[in-house]
Amino acid sequence: MGARSVGRILIYVCLLATSCITLLPLFATISTSLKELSEVYVEPPTMVPHVIKWSNYYQALTTFPFVKYLFNTLIVVAFSIVGTLSSCTLVAYGFARFRCRWNKWLFTAMLSTMMLPGIVTSIPTFIMFTRYLGWYDTLYPLWVPSFFASPFYVFLLTQFFRGLPQELLDAARIDGCNELAVLWRVVVPLSKPALATVAVFSFMGHWNDYLGPLLYLQDPDKFTLALGLTRFLSTSNVELYGTAWNLMMAASLVVMLPIVVLFFFAQRSFIEGITLTGIKG
Amino acid sequence: MRRETRLFFSFIMPWLTGFMVFVVGPMLASLYLAFTRYSIQSSPQWVGLLNFKSIVLGWDPAFYRSVKVTLLYVVLAVPMGLIVSLSAALVLNVQGIKGRSIFRTVFFLPSLLPVAASGIIWSWVFNPQYGLLNRLIQVVLGVDGPEWLMHPVLALVCMVIISVWGFGGGMIIFLAGLQGVPRHLMEAAMIDGANAWQRFRHVTIPQLSPVIFFNLIMGMIGALQVFSIAYIFRSSAGSEINASATNFYVLNIFNHAFVNDRFGLACALAWVLFVAILILTALQFYGSRRWVHYGS
Repeated sequence: MGARSVGRILIYVCLLATSCITLLPLFATISTSLKELSEVYVEPPTMVPHVIKWSNYYQALTTFPFVKYLFNTLIVVAFSIVGTLSSCTLVAYGFARFRCRWNKWLFTAMLSTMMLPGIVTSIPTFIMFTRYLGWYDTLYPLWVPSFFASPFYVFLLTQFFRGLPQELLDAARIDGCNELAVLWRVVVPLSKPALATVAVFSFMGHWNDYLGPLLYLQDPDKFTLALGLTRFLSTSNVELYGTAWNLMMAASLVVMLPIVVLFFFAQRSFIEGITLTGIKG
Repeated sequence: MRRETRLFFSFIMPWLTGFMVFVVGPMLASLYLAFTRYSIQSSPQWVGLLNFKSIVLGWDPAFYRSVKVTLLYVVLAVPMGLIVSLSAALVLNVQGIKGRSIFRTVFFLPSLLPVAASGIIWSWVFNPQYGLLNRLIQVVLGVDGPEWLMHPVLALVCMVIISVWGFGGGMIIFLAGLQGVPRHLMEAAMIDGANAWQRFRHVTIPQLSPVIFFNLIMGMIGALQVFSIAYIFRSSAGSEINASATNFYVLNIFNHAFVNDRFGLACALAWVLFVAILILTALQFYGSRRWVHYGS
C-alpha cells in the first residue's frame, strides 16, 4: 500500500470522525425526542428508543401555542422578504448602474456599517420604536427595517448586477424603457438566482432571529417561534413535567426543520451567498 | 444636479433613509446618551463623564469581569474556529475525494440552525446528570463528568465548543478561496520539487491569506458580540450556568439597559465596545501588512 492511499484513508477517517462529532448532538436530540420520558433518564442511556413515541411531537406542539407562534413568525418572515427584496433590488441597481462621485463613497460607507456592533444602534433604535412610535409589543420593529435595505444583500446584488451583460440593458434602453422598466423587465428576470439567495438568507435571518423578538415582545401571544421556544419551555414546562427533555427536543427539532429543509433545497444559494461575501469582502 | 446623479440618489433612497434613521441617528443618540443618566420612563439627564468614570474605575464590578471573559472567549473561539474551518476546507479540497458534497453539507448545516433551538440542545448536552456528554463519559470512562456549566472555566469552554461547532460558514468561504488559488502556481511549485507541506506553506497560505484575514476579522467582531447563546443558557430550563463565567460584554450591556433600566450607562458601554472594535480591527489591518498578500 503506497503512502498515497494511506493518506487517502487518513483523510476519510478524519472526515467521518468530524461528521460524527458534528452530527452527534443532532442524532442524540432526535433519539431523545422520540423517547418516553422515563427512558430519557434510564441507565445506561439508549441510542435508539425502545418504544418510538411519535406522540411526543404532538404533545410538544400542543403544550405551547405553536400555531400562534408559527403564524407570528411567518408574518415577520413574509414582510421581511418582501421588504428586503424590493428595497435591496432598487438600491443595488442604483449602486451598480449610475456613475457619480458619491457612488463609491456611499458604497464604502454602506459596507463599513456591517462592522458596526449592533448593540450601539439597537439601544437608541429600541427607544425610538418603543417611546416615539409606540411599537413595543408589536411585530413592526422586527420587519419594518427590512424595507430600508440591508448592506449585506445590497452588496451581494450589486456584485451580481455588475456582472450582467450590459448590451441587454442598453438594448432595452434604446427600445425606450426607463430605468425602472429596465430593472423590472430585464435585470430582475436575469437575476433570479441572486434574488433567490437574498430571499433564502432573509428567511433564515428572520426565522432564526432571537435578539429582536427578545427586545420587543412582551405578551406571550405575540412571540415568534425562536423566542417562544426558549421562553415557554423554560417556564411553564418545568412545573408541568419536571424537565421534559423529550418534549423540549421535539419542539427544538420542529423549529429547526424549515431551515434544514430550505438548506437541502437551496444549498447552492446558501453557498453562493456566503462565498460572494467572503471573496469580494 | 445631473440626471444620472439624481437617478442614483432616487434608487439608493431606501438605504440612505435607513442609514440615517437606523445608523447615523442612533449612533449620535447613543453617543449623547452615553453622557447622561437615562431610565426609559424619564428624560435623559446630563452627567458628563460619570458613566465612563464608573466604567473605568470599576464601580460596576461586572465590567472588568465581562471584558476578561469576552476576550478569553475571543482568544479561544476565533483561532479554533479558523483552524477547524480551514482544515476542513483543505481536506475537502483534496483532488478526488468522494462524497465531498455530503461532507460539505454535514459540516455546513450546524452554522445555519436557529440559536434558540441549538441552544436548548446544547444545554441538554452539557447537563451534568442527564446530558449527552456526561453520560458518554460515564459509559466510556466509567467516571462522573464535571458540572460543565457551573465550573468557572469549563462554562466558557462549553461556549467555545458551541461556537466551533458552527465552523461550516467559515469553511465555505475557505473552500471558495481555495478555488481561487491559481493552478499554475501549484504546478510551478511542483516542478521546482516542493513537497506537499512546502506547497501548502508557500503557495496555498499566501494565496489564501486575504480570505484568512477576512474570516479572522469577521470572526473577531462576531465573537466580541456573543450574546444569544449565553442568554439562552441562562434562561433555559434544566440548565444552571455559572453566570459570571459567561457574563459576556454584550450580555452585561443588555442587563444594564433592559433589566436595570440604565440606558445611559449601557450606551457608554456600547461605545466603549465600538471603539475597542475599531482599534482591534485597525491593529489587525496594520499587522496584516506583514502576512496578507493581495494579488496584482
